Amino acid sequence: MPQAGRFTHENGGPQGGIEHAPGPARLRHRHLLAIEDLSRAEAEALIGRARFFFPYVEGRVKKGDMLRGRTLINLFFENSTRTQSSFELAGKRMGADVVNMSVNPSSVAQGETLMDTAATLNAMAPDLLVVRHGSSGAAHLLARKVDCSVINAGDGTHEHPTQALLDALTIREALGRVEGLTVAICGDVLHSRVARSNVALLTLLGARVRLVAPPTLLPAGVRHWGADVFTDMKTGLVGADVVMMLRIQLERMQGGFVPSQREYFWHYGLDAEKLALTGRPSLVMHPGPMNRGVEIDSAVADDRAVSLIEKQVRMGVALRMAVLEALAAHGSNEGPAP
Amino acid sequence: MTRAMTRLLIAGARVLDPATRADRVADVAVEGGLIAKIGPSLKAGAETTVIDGAGLALIPGLIDMRVSVGEPGAEHRETLKSAGRAAAAGGVTTMVVMPDTNPVIDDVSLVDFIKRRGAERAGVHVLPAAAMTKKLDGLMMTEMGLLTEAGAVLFSNGHAPVVDSRVLRRALSYASAFGALVAHRPEDPHLAKGGVMHEGELGARLGLPGIPAAAERIFAERDAALAELTGGRLLLDMISAAATLGPIRRAKAAGVALHASVSVHHLTLNELEVTDYRTFAKLSPPLRSEDDRRALVAALADGAIDVIVSGHDPRPPEEKRLPFDEAAFGASALETLLPAALSLHHNGEADLMDVLAALTCRPAALLKLPHGRIAEGAPADLVLVDLDAPFQFAADTMKSKCRNTPYDGRLMQGRVQRTLVSGVTVFDAAA
Repeated sequence: MPQAGRFTHENGGPQGGIEHAPGPARLRHRHLLAIEDLSRAEAEALIGRARFFFPYVEGRVKKGDMLRGRTLINLFFENSTRTQSSFELAGKRMGADVVNMSVNPSSVAQGETLMDTAATLNAMAPDLLVVRHGSSGAAHLLARKVDCSVINAGDGTHEHPTQALLDALTIREALGRVEGLTVAICGDVLHSRVARSNVALLTLLGARVRLVAPPTLLPAGVRHWGADVFTDMKTGLVGADVVMMLRIQLERMQGGFVPSQREYFWHYGLDAEKLALTGRPSLVMHPGPMNRGVEIDSAVADDRAVSLIEKQVRMGVALRMAVLEALAAHGSNEGPAP
Repeated sequence: MTRAMTRLLIAGARVLDPATRADRVADVAVEGGLIAKIGPSLKAGAETTVIDGAGLALIPGLIDMRVSVGEPGAEHRETLKSAGRAAAAGGVTTMVVMPDTNPVIDDVSLVDFIKRRGAERAGVHVLPAAAMTKKLDGLMMTEMGLLTEAGAVLFSNGHAPVVDSRVLRRALSYASAFGALVAHRPEDPHLAKGGVMHEGELGARLGLPGIPAAAERIFAERDAALAELTGGRLLLDMISAAATLGPIRRAKAAGVALHASVSVHHLTLNELEVTDYRTFAKLSPPLRSEDDRRALVAALADGAIDVIVSGHDPRPPEEKRLPFDEAAFGASALETLLPAALSLHHNGEADLMDVLAALTCRPAALLKLPHGRIAEGAPADLVLVDLDAPFQFAADTMKSKCRNTPYDGRLMQGRVQRTLVSGVTVFDAAA
């Protein structure tokens, strides 16, 4: 059984062997909107660089100054305590000024459009803009309008690239590699931005990806995604090194996509019995927040021997620090030309 | 109107008449708003204005069977006047305007309003389409007989499909008493619900909910069966999917009075236009796959599709500069209809006469109009067009109030030089 999520610092961190430490990742693009913006080398550089920030996450190094004088705006049109605080902590630990803006969907209803919000924010000349929005493509729209780097923290059912990066980091820390592993992503693939980003990234990094879901929760054309598709979880899990569960929203389970909660859990929920079907010491992940007893049984979620769920959260801050650092290297925002 | 006295001679143009497939260089004399004579080396009289057509093609004015205008109720989108200017610039001399305005055109007085305002302000012929059901509710048939007498040229439910098959059956059946044309956009609203683009791999990657082609096919099959059952004249309006062609071909082969239209966008663009979440390519029905597009082009050649429409649907920036799923459907299209359709000819995908017929004489036949052809005695609705010279289409030159076009910046061929309606110049590119 591999040690799940153990932080190691042989090559990284301020106290580590500096000569082998990977430097800040360099990215060709100014924004991080989707995994397809990244080459394999860039994705690996971000994941590799995240280690450098582990001491910050663990509190052994209190605060850096890589982003001193830079402004990071967290613009969240959907509630997300964990992603928002993860970016906030990442920014603050690097010395950035962090502004959190939670936009109540009702003010959108009052007529202020996303473009209006973008224009307002742009006038404040931030350097980094982290955005979460309920509509696919919202981050793309903002990126066309503002002068700073935009990081997509989840847009509709499209992508959530930093989640996929932190998941890959978590897997690599736990199992030493991503390439060649079999990762089964299970649940509501149709509505999941986490699934889309993870399929793109894990495939890019050389993992074998499986998607396991009832047919009603699989998107059209999913068979062209480069993943193996299963509608039977029992066969889909066989041989999986990692089982990644997706959150299913409860309203999907009132006869719309699946008949009932109990039927869903019976066929697609992860419990110890189903996990044993992998036939190997598999690890379990979940992007959170979890619906316990719906897609995942508490006994599995809380089993520290197999569950990486808590580790994912900690990795998230380090990974996001690496992303912020890389994008900030594209220069500070001098504001709109006079 | 004083225009009746105007005498014109259009000299030396390549005269293309898709109704007869005649293609020859000739002079065309216009008198009293009608084409008086066609022939070589016609003599200009004393009070005749001569228009030099050398090097240009002369085609019948386009008849666009599906134009949305914001008048009444949404004049910020488009008025009959601004739509008329856009139409004239695009070579469209007759436009059938949709009834899904506010209020809905479901009453004789409103048909009269559209006719009157159109005649006063548009500069081109405006023919009202009336609602098939009251307030487009899909439940209560409108007064089709009275509306026909008032001047409604067809009955449409706009973008709202008639879900209740019994209502559509009765509308088709009742309309047949007047020989009226019923236009219906086939789309099962339950299958299409929430969808914003073609359902397929691309939409799934973009995280955008899809509208499956089956949503269109299912209603097309049903509508064809109802047309057969009732004997009514049915136009399947703005089809988008290859799968819809099956029921159309079968019904036509069986002698059912079924016709089909397609928007020029669906003949010339595919779903890839929405990559990067470009909302100007968000259309209803959605742009579909390249296979669908090719099938539609082939159907134009073999006659399964009768007419090409613009589907003109002007939308201001506040309805388009939004996240994709929140943005409005539709494109401003009167000014790109002709050059976009001609791209099929220039690309070698379709025969020039087939393209022109679908824009002129075939819609005229469906609407039972004398327009849409270049023949002695026909109305002098004519367009002089430079068929070949390439130009870059620029949205900021558009006359429509809204410039939501997916063709901005495209290289196109087929620029309109002059448009005449009843012998009167309503657009002159040189002016």
